[in-house]
Amino acid sequence: MDIDRATVDHVARLARLDLSDEERERMTAELGKILEHAAKIQALDLDEVEPTSHAIPIRNVMRRDETRPSLTQEQALSGAPEVEDGRFKVPSILEDESP
Amino acid sequence: MSELHWTSATELARLLDRKEVSAVELAEALIQRADEVDGKLHAYLHRTDERLLEDARASDERRASGETRSRFDGIPTAHKDLFVTKGVPTTSGSRILDGWIPTYDGTLVERCTAAGLPLQGKLNMDEFAMGSSTENSGYGPSRNPWNTNTVPGGSSGGSAALVAAGGTPWSWGTDTGGSVRQPASLCGLVGVKPTYGRVSRYGVIAFASSLDQPGPLTRTVTDAAAFLQIAGGHDPMDSTSIPEPIPDYLGAIESGIEGMRIGIVREFEEAEGTDPGVKSRVGEAYQRLEKLGAELVEVSLPSFEFGISAYYLVAPAECSSNLARYDAVRYGLRVEGPDVVSMTSRTRAEGFGDEVKRRIMLGTYALSAGYYDAYYGKAQRVRTLTIRDLERVFADVDLIATPTSPSTAFEFGAKTADPLSMYLNDVFTVPVNLAGNAAISVPCGTSPDDGLPVGLQLIAKALDEATMFRAAYAFEQDLGWAGSDEGRPSI
Repeated sequence: MDIDRATVDHVARLARLDLSDEERERMTAELGKILEHAAKIQALDLDEVEPTSHAIPIRNVMRRDETRPSLTQEQALSGAPEVEDGRFKVPSILEDESP
Repeated sequence: MSELHWTSATELARLLDRKEVSAVELAEALIQRADEVDGKLHAYLHRTDERLLEDARASDERRASGETRSRFDGIPTAHKDLFVTKGVPTTSGSRILDGWIPTYDGTLVERCTAAGLPLQGKLNMDEFAMGSSTENSGYGPSRNPWNTNTVPGGSSGGSAALVAAGGTPWSWGTDTGGSVRQPASLCGLVGVKPTYGRVSRYGVIAFASSLDQPGPLTRTVTDAAAFLQIAGGHDPMDSTSIPEPIPDYLGAIESGIEGMRIGIVREFEEAEGTDPGVKSRVGEAYQRLEKLGAELVEVSLPSFEFGISAYYLVAPAECSSNLARYDAVRYGLRVEGPDVVSMTSRTRAEGFGDEVKRRIMLGTYALSAGYYDAYYGKAQRVRTLTIRDLERVFADVDLIATPTSPSTAFEFGAKTADPLSMYLNDVFTVPVNLAGNAAISVPCGTSPDDGLPVGLQLIAKALDEATMFRAAYAFEQDLGWAGSDEGRPSI
């Protein structure tokens, strides 16, 4: 499976990984090699085989819709890098989405 | 009592019960042992010595007033660093979580506390449990007590190194593709991958949710069964938890394997790349099972050759989704940027190590538009083939016996240059995670080639840990290696 640099750039953007040039070069080669191994299964005719997402099937796990103790606001915010007025603080999200 | 640190949890429970040792004496012995060995091993990421002594004092008080929480009250443990522990740093081996202090205990941690087990600390691991050697830890690798120039295996390598060196009788790891069984094999220990859903994943930092399963690492089969009984069983906080009580594994553990049918997998025996020393020890182990009264049956798992390929699509796909939570907003590292996207992207580039980035990229690609059916979808269908294969074989046998790992402990750097060669370490363990079955690795001595431990894997039907423990116990007792001088590294 050939992975080119443009694909790596695209996937890195989707994955929110600001990789260095050197990492992108390396990743292009490594991903190609790993996917080549994975390509073994692409040749299999499995259209009649159902996919499995969980090995031990358990369906419709329900609980009563009741209030229960949970994290306090203070606890929920305790690990955050930046907090203001009891909320998570982040830089601007409305500008500069362009590449 | 000079060798307290080599004593099994089951035996320590007897000593505590007869007041021949106190929990505080035991805690002090294990602190001393950690001081002796951890400079060489780097098993710990965080020691909680003060809390250990406090917990031990409380345990001794409970025992004095006849209010022990379980028969193991006062026997300490240390957890792999992906079990969330309230007030105790938890990193999952990643720099992105450096300094994070959780605000709650996971279910498994809570149950260990409820049984009265004092906490020794948190143990090293490959970052987010991705790896087979601890070389992917963001905090430097752990070393194998049998030979400190070799890896302890991974990803639960810190747990394996500490138990093997007599630093604790038992430790919880997690097994997504072999991460308990492989380090157990490389360190001469017992390691269990319970049936998927047997042990709660609530409070376990996620890697690949449909494969992750916590499992114990111990020096004896009995301790492993006891530890699973302490922390396993249904948990309403995990919707994939099996809604059944945990059975009594210890009651019938001594009943032997007379008449059991044990499958030997043709494709595994013919697989290239297994060390000759591993082959010969595991071959002897098969003969020993036969001598003990089991009937060996040749079986076939044709889908085996596709297991690694399917695993290395399913696991990265799920990890790419799970690790999206490290966004520099709610916890962990933040590297500033002019907007949210660049802040998140810079943080993740700096906070994650190479292997984690590789798997996130692989998983994101496998799930991306146009490739989902060809990769993730196809891998999920191969998963069905693996399940069918095992179901067919288990219609005829009680257990399957295989090597746990194709090699003994390898030297640092031996497999880091080629990710694929590291992945191939998991060939015999990965199919079990894909299918959800239970399996155990039990020591079968050391390799004649390098003197390092070799593990035998016994795979059971889903939910049938009891049969697996029975066979592993019979084998362990007959071999007489565990607990002998020969079965201990000289560290």
